[in-house]
Amino acid sequence: MNLHLDIALSHLRSRRRQTIVSLLGVVLGVAFFLAVSALMRGSERDLIARLVDTQPHITVYDEFRDARPQPARMLYPDAAVEIRGVKPRSERRGIRQYKQKLAAIDAIGGVQAAPILAAQAIFSFAGRDEAVTLSGIDPTRMQGVSSIDDDIIAGRLDAVDANPNGIIIGDALARKLSLAMGDTVSVVSPIGNVRTMKIVGLFRTGNASYDESQTFAQLTRVQALMNRPDVANLIIIRLNDAYRARNIAAFIEETTGYKSVSWQEASKDLLDALTIRNVIMYTVVGAILLVACFGIYNVISTVVLEKTRDIAILKSMGFRARDIRLIFTIEGALIGMGGSILGVAMGSAMMRAVEQVEIKPPGSIDPISLPIYWGLDQFALAASFAILSAVFAAWLPARKGGRVHPVDILRGAA
Amino acid sequence: MSLLRAEKITRRLEGEVPVTLVADADVSIERGEFVVIRGPSGSGKSSLLYLLGLLDRPTSGKLWLEDEDTSRFDEDRLAETRLEKLGFVFQFHFLLNEFSARDNVMMPMRRLGKLSSDAQQQRSGQLLRDLGLDGHEHKRPSQLSGGQRQRVAIARALANDPLIILADEPTGALDTKSSENVRGILRELATVQHRSVVAVSHDVHFASVADRQIEIVDGRIVPPGDAGAATAV
Repeated sequence: MNLHLDIALSHLRSRRRQTIVSLLGVVLGVAFFLAVSALMRGSERDLIARLVDTQPHITVYDEFRDARPQPARMLYPDAAVEIRGVKPRSERRGIRQYKQKLAAIDAIGGVQAAPILAAQAIFSFAGRDEAVTLSGIDPTRMQGVSSIDDDIIAGRLDAVDANPNGIIIGDALARKLSLAMGDTVSVVSPIGNVRTMKIVGLFRTGNASYDESQTFAQLTRVQALMNRPDVANLIIIRLNDAYRARNIAAFIEETTGYKSVSWQEASKDLLDALTIRNVIMYTVVGAILLVACFGIYNVISTVVLEKTRDIAILKSMGFRARDIRLIFTIEGALIGMGGSILGVAMGSAMMRAVEQVEIKPPGSIDPISLPIYWGLDQFALAASFAILSAVFAAWLPARKGGRVHPVDILRGAA
Repeated sequence: MSLLRAEKITRRLEGEVPVTLVADADVSIERGEFVVIRGPSGSGKSSLLYLLGLLDRPTSGKLWLEDEDTSRFDEDRLAETRLEKLGFVFQFHFLLNEFSARDNVMMPMRRLGKLSSDAQQQRSGQLLRDLGLDGHEHKRPSQLSGGQRQRVAIARALANDPLIILADEPTGALDTKSSENVRGILRELATVQHRSVVAVSHDVHFASVADRQIEIVDGRIVPPGDAGAATAV
């Protein structure tokens, strides 16, 4: 065995109890670091996955990010200070020439887009009225963009193509109104148009609010019901690489002029909150490890103090100051490494236990297991932070040990 | 040419009240010579020994070992020199308590790294046998008598085949019989193995087997003509 390692181990063995206590500090620090990090990052990744998987990566709205300038101001940019009492032009809502814009988006590559006309409607059945959001869709395009097809539990998404009066509703809404597959229901638009539609599909996303309010029908049927022929007010987009969304959304907005929101922008507040949460989390668990390192500093300092005579002898034999520093630094490293290994084992057990816990998030119908992140990077982070902290904690008293002048000790011992 | 030569070495401790431990000492040690440094308590015997053993740096003066001026050596070079050419024996054995007798003897060899592990074990075993410690190789210092521990310390000092053994009161903590034993061993190192031995001792009997005695009083070496002015305590 390496000489320095040999001597380091002998020192740790000579203060067995203190060594074990210091080791335990690192074990607990690493274990809790992992458990908390795994839970926090697991929930973060789960949340982002839900955002990415269940929401469109980009949504193009029939509105403009900034108010469009008035023609008078555009005509006389230097002369017009303020224009008051301008009668705004009534514009038909909806994305103009949405089909051409859809074609332009299709040409981008790695992109799938679907038009939607979303409007408020009233469901009327058996004397009960229920306000819903009625989305007119192109099922073929919708299948490549939305995850709604995966949530169908009865019927098919493309049934609305086969049956133009077909409508697909959430199972929570169906239960609420006692509706079943094949039932007919009256759908009333805000302008008073009424259409009798047949239930051709049921879906369940697990989000109670969504399942009670969202409905789908054929695009042209909804356009007719709302008296908005050839109009779409949303284009939803799915990307092969979700993390390109920000750039592509900016390109679409620049090209079409319509407000294009990426999932990152839409969830900015949430993502910022997650970042802050991570900072707080790592600060807290890091602090636990730092406290453990005080224990290491304590045991190594004690060993240095007790071993000044041995240090003097080793130096008289020909050990250099850096040999002495290395011995004590190795002691810290051994505690750090040993604590990391055991801490990783304990942390993994804690993570496994937490993973068995089931919760029912607000708005959710089905319970889910607590999401745990098992990525190797956090194990590496926990272990390396523990080892580096331990080495640093040992290095400070090691420096002192290296500076021991053998003659001072030998004179005192004589 | 002398193996070890000190020319006007002085060691002064600076502080509120400066203390001169050794003043203008001229010392030369020949190969195979057994020299004892004598003097009253606090006269600077050990301080002189530490200077000769490169454990301490003189405030002024020069020290040559095998004609090399050691005042030019940095701390690492001094450590290497102690490792390769010098061996120390102290009054209290100063063995490492967590290691066996054999491991203690092997410590300098392992540090030097010139011999293989097997060769180190062989040599340490031989040294211990030569010093009458056959069968005690695996014992810890706490399991050995005072005399045995001191012999282990001597074996350790001999580990790297040094030119000079420096001993600071090697029999100071031993009984009469053990003291005689150690005295004989050191004498033999000089006579038979032609190693130089420089020892500090109060013990008149110990000094009597030396080839030469150096007397030191109040940090100054007493010229040979005035020898006997110091009294052992």
